[in-house]
Amino acid sequence: MAKKVGIEAAIAIAEAAALADVDVVSAYPITPQTHIVEHLAHLVADGILNAEFITVESEHTALSAALGASLTGARTFTSTSAQGLALMNEIVYITSSMRAPVVMALANRALSAPINIWNDHSDVMSVRDTGWISIFANNAQEAYDLTFMAFKIGEHPDVLLPVMINFDGFILTHVIEPVVLFGKEDVEGFLPPYDHPYKLDPDRPVTMGPVGLPEIYTEVKKQQDVAIRSSRSVIDAVFKEFAERFGRKYSAVETYAIDDAEVVLVTQGSVTDAACFVVDEMRKRGKKWGVVEIRLWRPFPFDDVGSALTSGKIKCVVVLDRAISFGGPAGIVMSEVRSALYHVPNRPIVIGVTSGLGGRDIMFEDYVRMFELGEEALRTGKEPEMVTIIGVRE
Amino acid sequence: MRKLPTWKELTLAGIITEAGNSVEYKTGNWRTLTPVVNYDECIKCGVCWSFCPEYAWEEGEDSFFKLNTDYCKGCGICAVECPRKCIKMVEL
Ligand code: SF4
Ligand code: SF4
Repeated sequence: MAKKVGIEAAIAIAEAAALADVDVVSAYPITPQTHIVEHLAHLVADGILNAEFITVESEHTALSAALGASLTGARTFTSTSAQGLALMNEIVYITSSMRAPVVMALANRALSAPINIWNDHSDVMSVRDTGWISIFANNAQEAYDLTFMAFKIGEHPDVLLPVMINFDGFILTHVIEPVVLFGKEDVEGFLPPYDHPYKLDPDRPVTMGPVGLPEIYTEVKKQQDVAIRSSRSVIDAVFKEFAERFGRKYSAVETYAIDDAEVVLVTQGSVTDAACFVVDEMRKRGKKWGVVEIRLWRPFPFDDVGSALTSGKIKCVVVLDRAISFGGPAGIVMSEVRSALYHVPNRPIVIGVTSGLGGRDIMFEDYVRMFELGEEALRTGKEPEMVTIIGVRE
Repeated sequence: MRKLPTWKELTLAGIITEAGNSVEYKTGNWRTLTPVVNYDECIKCGVCWSFCPEYAWEEGEDSFFKLNTDYCKGCGICAVECPRKCIKMVEL
């Protein structure tokens, strides 16, 4: 029976993997992901979860073993953070390219240097183009629900791609929140058994990840790009089935109070709930502000972003980035938003802000400042090309 | 030559489903120098066979190792490793 409990988000995520009845957990502990794998190790050691827990000497091996396990037809889970993801990097690209539906819970943390264990999005942004489906959770319940759904999405025979669930390190991982946990019987039939069409099987030998000569490589990459783009229909269908069965709705792009809003803030992850709180407060003071969250990061929902940001009375879009593309196109999320709006006549002004790097708190007045920058841009009609780093000491 | 598959025809991620089809990949035409054995000196130890990266040596009825030129790419490893130094790399 489903029951609502007060639980740390990290533990809830581990419970979601256990609910999916994973066969293999292959992970190396790293702050702030540690409690996730610790809890899974407990569940396996206590005989509650019948899975192989592979203890490895590094993240490169953690993902390598997960990849191999997944290709034998085992439902596989891993989890990491920042430097761990950086060390996995080679295999991150290979996992998606070999079409292994590994599920990764990524506790978002700043990349070193300087060494920083706190939250921002530099880790997830560093693997933006590696072909993983990438989804953001805003609170513990979402992290639990999305981790569970990730298996159904990635393992779908039309998808067969790894899925990364992002949730902010510490801000979510270490926070105790009320979460509705399912019993096995509640989710009966939701997650079909995983079956890879070419699994490693001595009775039916195949070669996986062979040399792809120049006359083959392009076609493999085209196939992969089509696969992740068309995964969108499966993602939507899984969200829909989940909402119908369990009542909690998820969509690629979430909106809050945008109907009459002139300025909206675009967010990802736990800042979304904070931004919605700021909007509620500032609406009492007459500010018509709203929030648009890009929950689905890859495949990027261009159409949904485009239609959300051109709806109603929106005149200015402020995009909050939690990482920097050094020497690149200002904000990383911001440049995607600008691309989504490129074809739109009379598109809103798009400006970029960066905040909350390496765990620096984004305060109420920081959010207000972001919206006010939007209002300023509207007043002056100027769309600054570069992002403004909120609260940086000049 | 076989017609190359389109991205739709290609197996998932380019997985190779026929076992052992690497025999179709003949590396013999990479060769510039060819190993030639002086069988008077050869002791049938099989070191050439075990070091060859292309499995180009085949053991004959008489237990001497014979070269399969379809696969020998002329790398010279066998000539270096032969304990009797009875393999010479020659231009043929
Ligand atoms: S030259 Fe190289 S490829 Fe040819 S037989 Fe000797 S070891 Fe094998
Ligand atoms: S390594 Fe030299 S001695 Fe040994 S079998 Fe080959 S040719 Fe003969």
